[in-house]
Parts: sequence; C-alpha cells; structure tokens
Amino acid sequence: MANVHEIRVCGGTGCHNNKSADLIKALKKAIKAADLGETVKVVETGCFGLCEKGPIVMVCPEETFYSQVAVEDAEELINTHFVKGEFFTKRLYKTIKDDIKRKAFSDTEFYKKQYRIALKNGGAIDPEDIDEYLAVGGYTALEKVLKEMQPADVVDVVTKSGLRGRGGGGFSTGQKWKFAMLAQGDKKYVACNADEGDPGAFMDRSILEGDPHSVVEAMAIAAYAIGADEGYVYVRAEYPTAVKHLQKAIDDAKEYGLLGDDILGTGFNFTLSIRLGAGAFVCGEETALLNSIEGLRGEPRPRPPYPANKGVFGCPTILNNVETYANITTIINDGWEKFAELGTEKSKGTKVFAIGGKINNTGLLEISMGTTLREIIFDICGGIPNGRKFKAAQTGGPSGGCITEKNLDVPIDYDNLIAIGSMMGSGGLIVMDEDNCMVDVARFFMDFIVDESCGKCPTCRIGTKRMLEILEKICDGKGELADIDRLQDIAQTLANGALCALGQSASNPVLSTLANFKDEYLAHIVDKKCPAGVCKNLTDFVIDADKCKACGKCKKACPVEAISGEAKVAHVIDQEKCIKCGTCMSNCPFDAITKK
Amino acid sequence: MKKTSQQLQEIREATLAKITLKNDQTHRILVGLATCGQAAGARPVYDELKKIVTDKNLANVQVVQTGCIGLCRVEPIVEVLEKDGSKTTYINMTAEKIAKVVDEHIIGGKVVDEYTITVVDGTLISPKIIG
Repeated sequence: MANVHEIRVCGGTGCHNNKSADLIKALKKAIKAADLGETVKVVETGCFGLCEKGPIVMVCPEETFYSQVAVEDAEELINTHFVKGEFFTKRLYKTIKDDIKRKAFSDTEFYKKQYRIALKNGGAIDPEDIDEYLAVGGYTALEKVLKEMQPADVVDVVTKSGLRGRGGGGFSTGQKWKFAMLAQGDKKYVACNADEGDPGAFMDRSILEGDPHSVVEAMAIAAYAIGADEGYVYVRAEYPTAVKHLQKAIDDAKEYGLLGDDILGTGFNFTLSIRLGAGAFVCGEETALLNSIEGLRGEPRPRPPYPANKGVFGCPTILNNVETYANITTIINDGWEKFAELGTEKSKGTKVFAIGGKINNTGLLEISMGTTLREIIFDICGGIPNGRKFKAAQTGGPSGGCITEKNLDVPIDYDNLIAIGSMMGSGGLIVMDEDNCMVDVARFFMDFIVDESCGKCPTCRIGTKRMLEILEKICDGKGELADIDRLQDIAQTLANGALCALGQSASNPVLSTLANFKDEYLAHIVDKKCPAGVCKNLTDFVIDADKCKACGKCKKACPVEAISGEAKVAHVIDQEKCIKCGTCMSNCPFDAITKK
Repeated sequence: MKKTSQQLQEIREATLAKITLKNDQTHRILVGLATCGQAAGARPVYDELKKIVTDKNLANVQVVQTGCIGLCRVEPIVEVLEKDGSKTTYINMTAEKIAKVVDEHIIGGKVVDEYTITVVDGTLISPKIIG
C-alpha cells in the first residue's frame, strides 16, 4: 500500500536555516518510534513562501499547515496528529488556527455551492416531531392549495414550474398530474415510488428519514389536484428508519387533522398508507410497483395503458418519486417562477445526487440543474483521493452510462446526459479512477441486472444472462473479437424487445463502456491484459529487480508461498502459484512490486 | 386532536421560537440519526448525550435527532446551535467525545476545536480522515 500521509517539510533556504534538515530527521525518527512507517512519509519540498514562519510543515492530504516547528516538536507532532488523530494546535499556522476555532458545516464549500430544496429540512429538524415541521412552514402549502386554489390551478403551477420526474424518467410532473386530473373515474389514487434500488443511491431514503412530512404534504396536494382520496407510499422494507419516520409522520398528520376526513374544514378527504416492498429492483419500475401494491407478483405490465388512466386497482393514478414530491411544497409556497429560475432551459430546479466511489467527499448533495460534473467532483466534492486520475463517472446506475473526462464540462440536465450516452437516473453518481476496470464495471452492473430481472419476458431473462456470460469470459481472458459484436447485437435486441424499462436499459452500461473505452475491451481480448489491474486472470504482479532490496517482507506476507528469493538477491513471483491477492504489493516498502 | 388553522399557526410560532432558541433555552444539539449516522455509531452518541443532559440537569439544552445533512463520510455528526445564531459542527463523534463537548462547550462555553469540521481554502479537512 502506498503511503497514506505525506509530511512535506520546507527545504527552502529560509527554513533550512531554521534547521529543517534536522527536523526531517527527527520526524522520521518519531514516525519509526510510533510504528507509522507504512502510512506516513516525510518529503522535503521547495519554499512555501512563508519563510518568516519557518520551518513550515504541511501534512497531506489533509493540507494541515504547521509553522515554526522546532526539532523538539517532532515527536509530539507525530503523536498528536497521527496517533491521536488531532491537530497539534501548538504549532498550527495561525490563520488556520483561527479558521478551525468555529466551523459549521454550512460554512464549507461542500454546502455553500449547493442549493437545497428537496433536502432543505434534512439535518435541521427532528423528523419525528410534526411541530418542528410546522415551525419551518410545514402544511402551509396544503392549506393554501385547499383554501385558495382550484385543482386545475395546482396542476398549472406544477406544470409551469417545469418540474420533471426525479426518479429518472424525467417526464413532466405537471403533465402527469394533468392526465390523471382529466382521466374519468370515481376513484383515483396517488402513489409514491420509494423503492430506491440503484446501487449506491440513497436520496429517497434520506428524504424520508430526514423530512417525511414534506412527502406526506405533497401527496395530499397531488391528491387534491387530481381528485383522489387515497394514497400509497411504496417503500422498501430494507429502509427501517425511513419506514418508521414516515409512519410516525402519517400518524401525526392524521392526529392533527391534516390527513383523514374533512382536512382543515375544507371537505377534502385523503388517507395515506405505506406498502412495504420486499426489495426487488424491478418493483421500482412503475407498472411492477402497481402490481406489487395490489398484492400481485412484482412484474411489469405492458404500457399503455399508463398509470394516469389505469393505475392502482385499474383506477387513474399518479405515481411520482420521493424527490419529485419533496419539491412540491416549495413550488407552491415560493411560486413556480422562483423554481423555474433555477436550472437549464428544459430542466428546472435542482437534483439530489448520492455521490460515492473514488471521491473525497462522499455523501449527498443537491445542486442546481446545469451544474457541471467537473464542479460537482472537483469543486464541491474535493476531487479524487490519493492523487489518482479521474476516469469516468457513472450516473443512472445499472440503466445509465459512464461520463468521461471529455464531457466533464457538460451542464447536467436530463437531455444533455442522454445526449452524452448516459442518463439522469434517480441520482446515484459513482466516480471511478484509473484503478477501475471498465469491463469489470460493465460486468458488475450486468451481474446486478441478471439477479434482478423478474423473468417475465425472455428477452431480458435470457439476454442479460448471455451478456453477463460474455463479459465474464472477457474478464477471464477468454474473450474473442466476435464477442464485441455479440454484445452489441444482444444489447440492441434488449432495447427493442424487453417489456419494461429495466430490460430496455439493461445494456446501457455495456454500450456506454464500449463506446468510451473500447481500447480496454480490446486490451482484454487481444492483448489478454487488464490495464487497470482488476481482472485477476489478466494481471501479473511483478517485482522490479532494480528496486528490490531483498528485504523478504513480500515473501513472508505471501499467503501461498509464491515468492522466492534469498538475502541480497532480488525476489521473484511464481506466476503459476500467484493468486493475485496483492498482499506483496501492499507490503513492499520500496514500491518495487507493480501490476502488469 | 384535530387542529384548526389558528391552532396550527400557534404551534408554528411556539415551535419556531423553540428551535431558534428564542425561548429561555441556550443550546439546541442535533444528532444525525439517519441510516448513515446510525451505521457510523450515532445511536450511542445520542443516548449518551441524552443521559448526560438528564444527569447534569441541563434543562436549557435541547437534544434532538435529525436526518442526513449529506456528509455521510464524517458521521456521526453533532451540530450545536446557540442563542446568538452560531453553529458548530462536530464530526466523527463518539460517546466519549460527546461528554467532552458537553463539559467544555455546553457548560464551559469553549468550542472543542479538535472535533470540529474544518475547511482550509475550500478543502474539507479532518485529522481523522485518511485520504
């Protein structure tokens, strides 16, 4: 494993005069004494430009500045900063010291560059206390709608706001409501899709956990707009905290008369209940979700008819995603004009992303539409850890595609993402660096889809399985050039022939990686090499004889005794025995072992 | 019991005064107890905080659970709001650390610098984070 921390000691003339050379020796000694040799490295650097405060010491990647560090401080600095994990405040450079005196999350760039609508109450109120939700303006939108607006006005406001479905489809929410409003039927329903299933996505969970009333209130508004009196939230049982908070919210709203009969004395009735999903990915697909609510097997139905005409129990239904609903109260309270000011021409408002993978600040963020991926990854989320190079970002989960370096500056909105071969999806954003193998990534998503395909239509059931087999073959080093054509052929069949969106989009990660990283596929197939060193059968661990000091650490660490070598003779790895676990590489103190 | 518009408005005003500390309370402490917080060990932090506040009779301190604020990697997160509107965010909290925060910050009035979130030139810094 490479060094995790680097202590950069200024070796400029000014600092040198202040005994920085002795300091380096003392730091190295202290590191050794604390047994941190494998994680902390000392490096001499050029002038920092703060000579009067020398010697300057900067710890990376934290970028902690210490000034006037004396030789006798070395031991304490190492023990405080690395062993205890605290700042060595005695020598912390004064501006930074001032900076850390009081720091709130809301002062950070990570927060300041965001624009929070759907997440506005997350982290600020107690989600299980309806009074706190009321205190921040809760249920004023519902009251306004019920007392001052006609259903058609509500639909009109939502349409004009430009809000589009946040679950991934991107269909106009106002249009959807309009179809359901105009649909004939004595009984109508509103439903909420909280069956969040994309790997790495947790926006909806977070909203339900942190601000459940915003969804309850929005669903009541939607019900009023289309003339429904009953609603369902379809949420996965694997989200126990979300379910608990949502149930409490529904019970409390009922207690206060904000759900139930004759809400706020207006004669409007609306009841809301939860349906628990058992964790099938396909139940996030709207028609399968409707089946599941009705107690049927979670399999898709052909569309049309669309849910707006024939949804839950054959009645007109609107089905929106959690995040879509979470925008409604703000649109009603602040007006559609303000919402429509945000974002791009065709994608208004904000989008929540769950960002994970090879990125410094993993977490949840809400940005205005039109923000670029470069701003998200490098400005807001602090870039790629360990100085590695950005390779691709995957949006849209197993239905989406990857975005490469050349498209980092494209403003994110529904249409732009489709134009560059990916999609908005529900908001999972996985960042990958040069250590990720793109063929393996495609294989991973296909493996997920094969597990989650419901099996109803043969195109998806068989097609995804065949694609997975081909991808596994390529990763094993047994691929042939014709496999690329086969993948493309099956992908086309899936897109044309699968019953639901899950199957139609299942091949997107494969097509997208093929389009952007064909050279990696070719390296696997023709050269039988995995450039990222991920696919084990295509990777060799090799000891560089010039760098090897024959210390024997790798030999000792190898679990299968694949390494041979005597004292003072460069060691060698027996490729036949090697299981590619990488233990030798992380144990080599001289970086002499590389993946090839 | 069902509330009228008037009653809802009264609840709004009273609770707003409470959460913005316009009442006789001095501190509002929020503990992130969403799934990410719980996974990182926020429940023992919350329980310990509740216990200390009860044991020490700190009637002027509100302890409240809250949702995810987005920085899942440095959970458990505890935010302290004060009467003057200032806010301090503590990250990577433990039951032991929260006891120190109560003693030094809530009772003593001095922020525990080394547990706070820190940013230098836009980069989020935590001494505990291994790059």
